[in-house]
Amino acid sequence: MALAVNTEKRGGECAAGAPERGAGEKTVGKDKAEYRGVLVYAEQDRGKLKNVGYELLSAGRKLADALGQELAALVIGEDVAGLAPALIARGADKVYVVEGPEYGAYSTDGYAIAMEDVVGACRPSAVLIGATNDGRDLAPRVSCRLGTGLVADCIELGVDEETGLVAWTRPAFGGRILATALCPEHRPQMGTVRPRIFQRPEADAARTGQVIRVASKVQSGDIRTRLLETVQVCAAGCNLEEADVIVSGGRGLGGAEAFALLQNLADTLGGTVGASRAVVDAGWIPAVHQVGQTGKTVGPKIYFACGISGAVQHLAGMSSSDIIIAINKDPDAPIFKVADYGIVGDALEILPLLTAKIGKMLNR
Amino acid sequence: MEIVVCVKQVPDTTEIRFDSGTNTLIREGVPGIVNPFDKNAVEAALQLREKTGGKVTVVTMGPPQAKNALKECIAMGADEAVLVSDRALAGADALATSRALAAAIRALERYDLIICGRQAIDGDTAQVGPGIAECLGIPQVTCVQKIELDGTAARVERETEEGYDVVESGMPLLVTVGKGINVPRYPTVRDTMKANRKEIAVMAAAELQACVRKPGLGGSPVRVRKISAPPPRAQGEVIQAESAAEAVDALLRKLSDRKVI
Repeated sequence: MALAVNTEKRGGECAAGAPERGAGEKTVGKDKAEYRGVLVYAEQDRGKLKNVGYELLSAGRKLADALGQELAALVIGEDVAGLAPALIARGADKVYVVEGPEYGAYSTDGYAIAMEDVVGACRPSAVLIGATNDGRDLAPRVSCRLGTGLVADCIELGVDEETGLVAWTRPAFGGRILATALCPEHRPQMGTVRPRIFQRPEADAARTGQVIRVASKVQSGDIRTRLLETVQVCAAGCNLEEADVIVSGGRGLGGAEAFALLQNLADTLGGTVGASRAVVDAGWIPAVHQVGQTGKTVGPKIYFACGISGAVQHLAGMSSSDIIIAINKDPDAPIFKVADYGIVGDALEILPLLTAKIGKMLNR
Repeated sequence: MEIVVCVKQVPDTTEIRFDSGTNTLIREGVPGIVNPFDKNAVEAALQLREKTGGKVTVVTMGPPQAKNALKECIAMGADEAVLVSDRALAGADALATSRALAAAIRALERYDLIICGRQAIDGDTAQVGPGIAECLGIPQVTCVQKIELDGTAARVERETEEGYDVVESGMPLLVTVGKGINVPRYPTVRDTMKANRKEIAVMAAAELQACVRKPGLGGSPVRVRKISAPPPRAQGEVIQAESAAEAVDALLRKLSDRKVI
């Protein structure tokens, strides 16, 4: 496992006197007007576009239209040019494609070089990136290299009336405040946006757009990490960030066995099982299921909170759900304050009834 | 093995309140704590040191009282601590903070592994770790739940949406860790008292050299325009029913009325 780390080629603004890249001031001031349009990073996983990319196209389209500018998408991967028409159909005027075997697996180094090159080629005024695990890894690396600002985990985007800048709104302090930030002097303005905040646009096959291939500049040695193995922890899909329905359980369920009841309801609704921190810490279910400030931030159409009291840290991760349904024995549990519908009762008794009746309604 | 851990002193966000009249955070009386993920980072460093030997240095940027956070890390077992503190650094955003911390780390004799918490619980940006790695020109792996070192290479497990990836990298390397990696130790009273007497090196902006041409607010691209309280969720209803079955029926009627199911 002897791997030498190359610290000279890319980045490393402090590494060697006059920096080659990442000087950080090249996007300041008078060049601002040269940066036009909105660029959406369309993240893919094994050749399939993530929903968040589509969602950002609808947000990006609105921004671009408000600014009277173009909307471009960027897709990076091994064999991904075929994804371009789907992006055009959902609002992209241009699709930048960076393709090659070196992008078969996500790597910070490889993908940052590709994104940096495309930003250099299209000089967008704003870049939107999904706040996924990989997006949150890539975006700060690229923004730092470009010496520009990044606003993380946005839940609202707008145009600041006074300045015409993108107004990025995000929660902070565990969701206790919303902060709206601007990036006045640096370009591009960059932000990561949480999944499921924006609606996916309808596909319009009649839309036309341009596909622009950008040659990969990644050289051997540029990618300094190596993916050895991908391990899926949950049997069924457990991508909470993209789930439409989440059935979550907490300590009030009494024991790990109860999660089978949650799974049944989730299966019936095509949903995913979530959990509070307490039960993850107790070892009832793997951490990959945890919702909350120290777990995943989710925003499904329906969130069932079963036996979850509703600590602020949990609420921070799920309070943007469309509909929250709480089932809890304790009528004073704080979860009832945020729930659209609450049932005071034993989840162990209610869940099987709910699953059976919903199954009947859906003919499953 | 020289391990650097970056920590942040944060207000305990469970205690913080927002005054919507004045649009400000009420920080008074809110205790400053070591960012919880950063304690996982310190613990990870200590466990690696126990296996491979070497030194653990904790670095923070903040006001003079951030020394207390460093002392807590020393009490946990860290060897050295550096406080980057200067009025000129006030108002730094994630980029300016990354640059300042990277410069402070470069001033250390050597670093093989840098460990940061996944994110700070006040800003929640998760940007400073990758920012430091970029400034130093070293690889990064974020959201790590396991670290194994083997001579000159590291093998880590990186959390993904559905499990984890096993990733290998040379060093120096920066990783950010989540709480799944370990349970941080509690310092003993004796170690806490000993840590209180420890001299903490303070580094001013001028010592960060040319790397930070514009420290603090002046070198921060992101400007906060306004803060507000999040809109409260409308008070929902608690379904009143005689039995569980009736409650379920009532709930399903409401959901199908709203065309949710």
